[in-house]
Amino acid sequence: MQAADNKIYQDKIVIRLIQFSVVWAVIAIGAGVYIAAELVWPTIDFGQYWLSFGRLRPVHTNGVIFGFGVSALMATGFYSVQRTSHVPLFAPRLAWFVCYAWQLIVLLGALSLLAGWNTTKEYAELEWPFDIAIAIVWICFGVVFFGTIAQRKIKPIYISNWFYGALIIVIAMLHVVNSLALPVSIDKSYSAYAGAQDAVVQWWYGHNAVGFLLTGGFLGMVYYFLPKIAGRPIWSYRLSVVAFWAFVYAYIWAGPHHLHYNAIPEWVQSLGVIMSVILLAPSWATLVNGVMTVSTAWEKLRTDPALKFIVLSLAFYGLATFEGPMMAIRSVNVVSHFTDWTVGHVHSGALGWNAMITYGTFYFLVPRLAGRELHSTRLANIHFWLAFSGTMLYIIAMWAAGVSQGLLWLSIDGLGELSFDFKDIMASMTPYYLLRLIAGLVFLLGTVLMAYNLFMTLKGQRSVKVTPPAVDPAYGVNA
Amino acid sequence: MNGLTFHRKIEENTGLLIFGILFVSAIGGLVQLLPVLTQESLETASANTRPYSAVELTGRDIYMRENCVVCHSQQVRPLVAEVERYGPYSRAGEFVYDRPFLWGSKRTGPDLHRIGGKYSDDWHRLHLLDPRAVVPNSIMPAYPWLDERQASDTGDITNKLTVLRRLGHPYTDEQVANAEADLEGLTEMDALIVYLQMLGTGFSEEDAAMAGGAH
Repeated sequence: MQAADNKIYQDKIVIRLIQFSVVWAVIAIGAGVYIAAELVWPTIDFGQYWLSFGRLRPVHTNGVIFGFGVSALMATGFYSVQRTSHVPLFAPRLAWFVCYAWQLIVLLGALSLLAGWNTTKEYAELEWPFDIAIAIVWICFGVVFFGTIAQRKIKPIYISNWFYGALIIVIAMLHVVNSLALPVSIDKSYSAYAGAQDAVVQWWYGHNAVGFLLTGGFLGMVYYFLPKIAGRPIWSYRLSVVAFWAFVYAYIWAGPHHLHYNAIPEWVQSLGVIMSVILLAPSWATLVNGVMTVSTAWEKLRTDPALKFIVLSLAFYGLATFEGPMMAIRSVNVVSHFTDWTVGHVHSGALGWNAMITYGTFYFLVPRLAGRELHSTRLANIHFWLAFSGTMLYIIAMWAAGVSQGLLWLSIDGLGELSFDFKDIMASMTPYYLLRLIAGLVFLLGTVLMAYNLFMTLKGQRSVKVTPPAVDPAYGVNA
Repeated sequence: MNGLTFHRKIEENTGLLIFGILFVSAIGGLVQLLPVLTQESLETASANTRPYSAVELTGRDIYMRENCVVCHSQQVRPLVAEVERYGPYSRAGEFVYDRPFLWGSKRTGPDLHRIGGKYSDDWHRLHLLDPRAVVPNSIMPAYPWLDERQASDTGDITNKLTVLRRLGHPYTDEQVANAEADLEGLTEMDALIVYLQMLGTGFSEEDAAMAGGAH
């Protein structure tokens, strides 16, 4: 039995990680909807500290990024690295440790945030004990992933693995450098950096957590699952090579665009603008590669909800990676910075791109892993339209809110006096915040439908045993 | 050897791929971070900027615990409208004792870098207990629990000052020794208000004159 298990792909861990990912999606998006409601009705925290906006907000962001996002990346990474290497996972026990230890970190991390343990560094809010745990589990994740690649039976390392690999390596580097701090007690530490220097380090981290986790990691998903679902090989191998290295090189520089007109050296800001604009090229190179790959398979869009989600996610990816460089330009940033436009931008990426591609991939993967048809294609189609309309409504509401905030704050009358009081501008946001709440609810409803659909698909099924196929000797290694 | 043949070497070797990614991604960070982390002027305090007192530091830690920074920036940009609305724009030298920085990325509420001294302590107390009592349309949460907790419950203040001293903040032995006594009898609300009232007071006319000369 043990010997036989060594030859089949480790897919149970993929299923378990998908389940965790979906649970986190519901919880974290739910938390997002709740804090959106608090901005409309500020008293619904009922005077409870753990329901307070400031404490729930990082639960929302950490839950989405590290709960939903990273679990999905681990699931799809483990699935695809086995298929593209033609071997089962290296060190499967370590892989299971990574799976459960990560969930424990996200769960206890969320509770610690509610308790007020908070470094306040965005997307790195967890305190130092969690930072150490994250570093250890992340390194184990790398060992499993690269160990599998090192054992592969096929000579080339497939493109999707470069992106998953970049995710693992670069996030490790960012996390360790940005989290350096001196502990005071179990729940409190002081950053190793101060003031302006801390700001530059934090946004080097913050921007690239978006870059290498929410962009790079999910591009790994594109490069494996898009050709699979479309049934076409990737359009241009050459373009993917160029796009990958340009992406890895250029993304890292763009962090300072989060600090325009702030008290950091001007050359750092300018460099941030230039590299942000340059970044459009590798971002869209991948977009072109993705769209061209589906270009001869459009008819599948009529029948396959998974492909629908993925093609739409590429559209939002294109939108967000165009909007980002634009917002990095100083004269645009002067209006958009500190406003809800930023929130809208983040959500066009997080809902339109990250969530949609993950949902599409799950709709493709779960029936395969369960060895039966999706429970309901109709429900998946309904989910598609809920996700699409929810995302659009969210972005439009936040664009309207953000652009008006930015312009009204800066508005000065003919005598050089401010045209509007801050309080009045804030109060005028309520209709937009209400729209955003509705958008979030619509998106959450779709996610719950998916959770039900996937649960019913998996119910009572054992995972299918898949063995690696024979390798063409022309491409084989380690045989 | 053309580019793709060269690339084949990387994509067939796990170690080369790992090294390649690490090397290529590190360049940007090194070029940006190293000069910034060694630039002395970014570590030099403005003339009126001093380390936070025990009470102010406690207030700041409460500000962090409640995550005020997700809705309030502490960064006045050098723009006419902002200087008019909030006061002198923020200088790097005012933040050298900020671990971490609390500049923020979102203004759901107004910027707070120059809030110190603009409102009375009583206004702040009332506002934190019930924001809508003083600002009818406010969407800020209320913080009733701050009045029920002692400032000394926030954490070991002596240890905090010791750690910060190790990080280079010039606290005297006396300040560290008296830290606990300084918090005696104060609630978390008191400490937070003391912090809010000192925000932005590290600014000096000398800095303004220097910046003025540069323009």
